[in-house]
Amino acid sequence: MTNSRVGIVIVSHSAEVARGTVDMVRQMVGHEVSVAASGGNPAGGLGTDVASIIAAIKKVWSPRGVAVLVDLGGAETNSEMAIEMLPEAWRGKVVICNAPIVEGAVMAATEAAGGGTLEQVRATAEELAP
Amino acid sequence: MKLDSELKKRLIGAMAETLISHAVELTDLDRAIGDGDHGLNMKRGFEAVMADRDNLAAKPLPDLLKTFGTHLVMTIGGASGPLYGTFFMALGKEIPAEPTLAETARAFGAAVDAVKARGKSNTGEKTMLDVLQPVADVLQAPSGGNDLSARLRAAADGGLEATRPLRATKGRASFLGERSIGHLDPGARSSQLLVHAVLDVFVAQPALEGARST
Repeated sequence: MTNSRVGIVIVSHSAEVARGTVDMVRQMVGHEVSVAASGGNPAGGLGTDVASIIAAIKKVWSPRGVAVLVDLGGAETNSEMAIEMLPEAWRGKVVICNAPIVEGAVMAATEAAGGGTLEQVRATAEELAP
Repeated sequence: MKLDSELKKRLIGAMAETLISHAVELTDLDRAIGDGDHGLNMKRGFEAVMADRDNLAAKPLPDLLKTFGTHLVMTIGGASGPLYGTFFMALGKEIPAEPTLAETARAFGAAVDAVKARGKSNTGEKTMLDVLQPVADVLQAPSGGNDLSARLRAAADGGLEATRPLRATKGRASFLGERSIGHLDPGARSSQLLVHAVLDVFVAQPALEGARST
């Protein structure tokens, strides 16, 4: 796992959507960017799980930052909660992108693969926001 | 007001019991305007709280509330996890170990504000805030009558009923637009249930009334 690029975390209510989005990023962008998936609630059903989001962020953590893509409301709220529970030095370097999850993930990963900063990665993903 | 570990255990038990026993109703309400998981999610969260009840009850009130909130955040899974989790964590941060009524009111108000910030929401948007804010308002202005408990219950009930005609603009219910009108909000219902559960315990043990004079 390279540490010199912004990492990407995909948070969906569905574990399959999260994993499938990671697969699409891998196929379309390649493997230079660290991408992690978090999907499903703590009981394994549809939902999101703060502990699993924290684990995903840690997995792709880079000093350059981590961009998080989310699907519906609870995924965003739980991701915000997860970010607040990170070590203090990390918090400002993990951002949630206001973008559609699949398209946003591909665009964010493309920008990250090109060596973009966290702000550039976020801005590229957010160009897709409705 | 001094809360001993027995009282803390009863409070935790009463909150968990009411949400677990209303899980089906909450899920039905959520199925009408959300994604149909509120009851199950709250049940899972409060079962986790119950599993840790003895440990929680042994803690000073601020630590109890913070850990209580963390359990909810970590186990509920839906949007209500961080929202209820934030409420209890913020309450724990703001409340002293042996709060007076005024201190309780101030901490409760701060916890409601923390939920607003977390959900980027306010009252009138068909959410739990429509119950919590009126309750906070009564707590903060306790001089308007003598039966505080009855006025708190009335505030919670009125807030819940007021969500029925509202059109949701937050959360998944907002996707339904006009179709969300006419349904009670499930988060407002779970908040109202919690308010009643806490008051039931305090009324059985008149600590609430006692707190008014301290």
